This record gives sequence, C-alpha cells and structure tokens, in this order.
Amino acid sequence: MSEQKAIISVIGVDRVGIIYNVSKLLAENNINILDISQTILKDIFTMIMIVDIKNSTNDFNILKEELKNLGENLGVKIDIQKEDIFRAMHRL
Amino acid sequence: MGFAFEEIEETIRMVQSEKLDIRTITMGISLRDCSGDNANKIAEKIYDKITRKAENLVKVAEELESEFGIPIVNKRISVTPIAIVADNIKKDEFIKIASSLDKAAKNVGVNFIGGYSALVHKGFTDGDLNLINSIPQVLSETERVCSSVNVATTKAGINMDAVALMGKIIKDTAYRTKENDGIGAAKLVVFCNAPEDNPFMAGAFHGVGEGECVINVGVSGPGVVLAALSKLPKSADFGQISETIKKTSFKITRAGELIGRLAAQRLNTSFGILDLSLAPTPEIGDSIANILESMGLSKCGSHGTTAALALLNDAVKKGGVMASSYVGGLSGAFIPVSEDAGMIEAVEAGALSIEKLEAMTCVCSVGLDMIAIPGDTPYETISAIIADEMAIGMINKKTTAVRIIPAPGKKEGDYVEFGGLLGHAPVMKVNSFSPKDFIERGGRIPAPLHSLNN
Repeated sequence: MSEQKAIISVIGVDRVGIIYNVSKLLAENNINILDISQTILKDIFTMIMIVDIKNSTNDFNILKEELKNLGENLGVKIDIQKEDIFRAMHRL
Repeated sequence: MGFAFEEIEETIRMVQSEKLDIRTITMGISLRDCSGDNANKIAEKIYDKITRKAENLVKVAEELESEFGIPIVNKRISVTPIAIVADNIKKDEFIKIASSLDKAAKNVGVNFIGGYSALVHKGFTDGDLNLINSIPQVLSETERVCSSVNVATTKAGINMDAVALMGKIIKDTAYRTKENDGIGAAKLVVFCNAPEDNPFMAGAFHGVGEGECVINVGVSGPGVVLAALSKLPKSADFGQISETIKKTSFKITRAGELIGRLAAQRLNTSFGILDLSLAPTPEIGDSIANILESMGLSKCGSHGTTAALALLNDAVKKGGVMASSYVGGLSGAFIPVSEDAGMIEAVEAGALSIEKLEAMTCVCSVGLDMIAIPGDTPYETISAIIADEMAIGMINKKTTAVRIIPAPGKKEGDYVEFGGLLGHAPVMKVNSFSPKDFIERGGRIPAPLHSLNN
C-alpha cells in the first residue's frame, strides 16, 4: 500500500518545544513527516503537518488521543484528520 | 497534488469555529419482509431486523468522526412506513409495534427512529386509520419514535379528511405530553409530497421505492455560510452573494458525500442520497435567520425576507448539486423556529409571524417547522394551517410540511422548552377567526391543473 496521509494541526500560544515534542511523539510511533508549515496567525501559533501514518505502530484513535494529551501538556490544541476530507473539499 | 496552507486552515476553521458538521447519518431499512397479521410476530421481526442491520451504525459513525474530525451530530434510522408493514393488525396493538421500534432504536444507540408513518394523500386503508389514531398514544409512550403522515400530493390533491383528523391528532399528542410542553407534537410531521429518502427527522421514512438498506446523509452548515458571507464587503451585489454561497455549499456537500460513501462501504450497504440542506441548530452562529439578516435585513421576517431566502435556497442547491451526483431528500434551507436562535429572536422582536413563515415556505425546502402556538388553539385552526401549507406544496410541486406544537396551557408570549437540538420557542400568535365550517366539509381537494401555469 502506498502512503496513507493524515494532517495534523497545532493551534495555540507559541512556546519553546512545540515542534520538538510533536515530532518526537510522531517518531516514537514510526510516523514519517512529509511536510511542515508553520505561521503565526493573528498572534496564534499555527502549525500544519502532513504525515504518513501507513507504518504507524499505533491505532489511529490511540494516536489521536496521545496527540490530544500532548497538546494539553503544551497548552495548545492538536488535531489529526485523515487527508481524504481535505481532498474531497478542495480538489475536483 | 499537495494542499495550500490556506486550504487546510479553511477546513479546520470551518469545523472548529464555524460549526460545520454532518447533521445526520440515517440508515434506511426496508421492513416490507416483516409484515403479517400478528402484531407480536411483526414486532419481533422488526426488532430483529433493525438490530441486525444497524448493529454497527453508531460505531462506524463514531469512527468516521474521529478519523476526519467532523462531528456527526445524529445517527438515526428510518423504516418502511409502518402502516404498510402492519396494515392488517388491530387498532390497540399498534403500540406493540411502536414499542418494538423504540426498543430497537435504544438497543443500537440511535436517538430517533422515523417511519411510524402513513401515506394517505388519496385515501385511507383501515390500517392507515388505525395507525393514525394510535399516534397520540405512541408518541407519548415511546421515547425515540417519530411519526409522519402524508396527506397531499400534487398528483392526488389534498385529503381534507386526513387534514381534519391530523388537527385533532396533533392536539391530542401535545396534550398527552403536556408535562414536557407538548413535545410529542415535535415528533410528528404532516406532509405534502413527502420525499421517500429524507434523512431528517421527524419526517424520515424509508419509501417503498427504496432498496433493502441504504445510508442517507444530511449535511448542515449555516455557520459556515454565514462566516463566508460576513467576509464579503457591504457593497457586494446579489450575484456575488450567490456565488459565495454556491462555493461554500459545494465544499460542505463534498465533505458529506465522502462521509456518506465511507459509512455505506463500512456498513456493507449502499449509499442512498445526500440531502444538501442548511439545517440550523439553537447554538449562536448556526442560524438561517442570521444568514438572511447578513444580506441586509434588519430582522428576519421583514419585507425582503422571502427574496433573500429564495436566493439562499437556490444557491445552496446549485453549489451542492455539482458536488454530489446523488442528491435527494428535502435539500434546501430549513426554517424551524425553535431550533434557530435568530428565528427565536425575530419572533420575540415581533418581526416574524406565522403568516410570513408561510410565505417563506413557498421558496424553501420544508414548511412550517417547530412552531409553538397557544394550547387552546381549536383543532380546526390547526387543520386549516395544515391545509394552507399543503396547498402551497400541491400547487408548487414541492414538498411542504407542518410540525406545529399547540403547547398545553401556554399563551401567546409564553415559552416552551424542549432541550437539545429541538431548542426552545416563544408561543406565536395564530389568527383567531374560525375556519371550522371549512374544515368540517371533508372530502378531497382535487389535484391541480398544470398547464396554464401562473
């Protein structure tokens, strides 16, 4: 099977270590990062990662939960969504 | 192709702050093979079939919510109109069938089950009459069962005997649930030209032209449309407004189509239709009334409201129909009063009356929906309200419906409170002049001529 992409969004107040901690969790789950873009939107830190979860060692829901918990520790909101929804909405 | 940051950000924003959601996933189940003449046997077959077919419905819906990050607000079931399945059983045994539906719905975890219905636009069978007469008891003694009765079509005309009867049934249903402001009547719809594949309660049923088991999806997104319109400059003309609504509707619909197809696939059923409706919720910012107001009306209900609604409804369909090849159901904008914060406000401000709502139903998808009226309104008046609304549907070849709640013990200006998605509503004024002699005539209003259109 080829790549199975998901999109991770991180939104919240900027601080040191957000990218580090998210990347670390992904590496621990054997998830490859394909793309990262990050910006400050209206004073709020916003990061979007495109990742490949095909070889993830964890079930999608557990991963989602872990990311959510990490977000709570870092004071940001982290979500993961499968890519198909973006494809459906933005591509003909 | 990769995604632009803005595209990803837009989807996330739509879900997180503009309340984009899938309003409902409804599994339509045929119960034609459950018919018979023994109520206990029918009830048992119905329970078995529903719990078997819908066993994983809620689980799959929750999986999809989690994977795609889009909330699916309601998981529901619609079934073959029960009057067809149980045409041959005794009047006082209908409650057994209804309890079985209720129990099955509870078992699989859906919040509503629709299809306690009869289609009587041209006439009643004995079973139809028995079912209709059992509605007040059924809706007061069950929790999740929803009922609808089709009393008119463009091809058959209006069954005025049924219209007269439904006025009484609605009153009785409300009265039997008087401890809860007449909530029973909120689970009962009277239709003209009822669609067979509508996923929205209380009017959902699985029509006789449908397959064994299908997944129908209803999308929603007034908040998203409102947010898109509010970014337009004040000087934007109606062409630009329509264009913006079309684009937004396209995106909302595509999200619904994806979820619907995946749900059907995972449940081993077929994908039925996508109902591209803007359905409000009582939450602030998720209101049809506010969309109309954003076009420049100081309050929903002012002159100009019908035109604004016509534009909105048409643009939603134009955008959505490109996004999905199987569009059906009611498709358009819903204008329930109690479920829409902006509508409630407009009634309170004195801007919105039942008469204006009736005019608005000429250009939108449903009809007089979730309107509370004084509890002492005579049944003939309720029947006459139904007759007017059925006439609009019949003449204009469209679906119309009436879901009205004569709130027991309440007067104009009082409030009813249903909680949850059903919301709360101010009790509205009805015309006090009696249509009694008109309603008591009975018979059928003939179907209209459709040449010489005007």
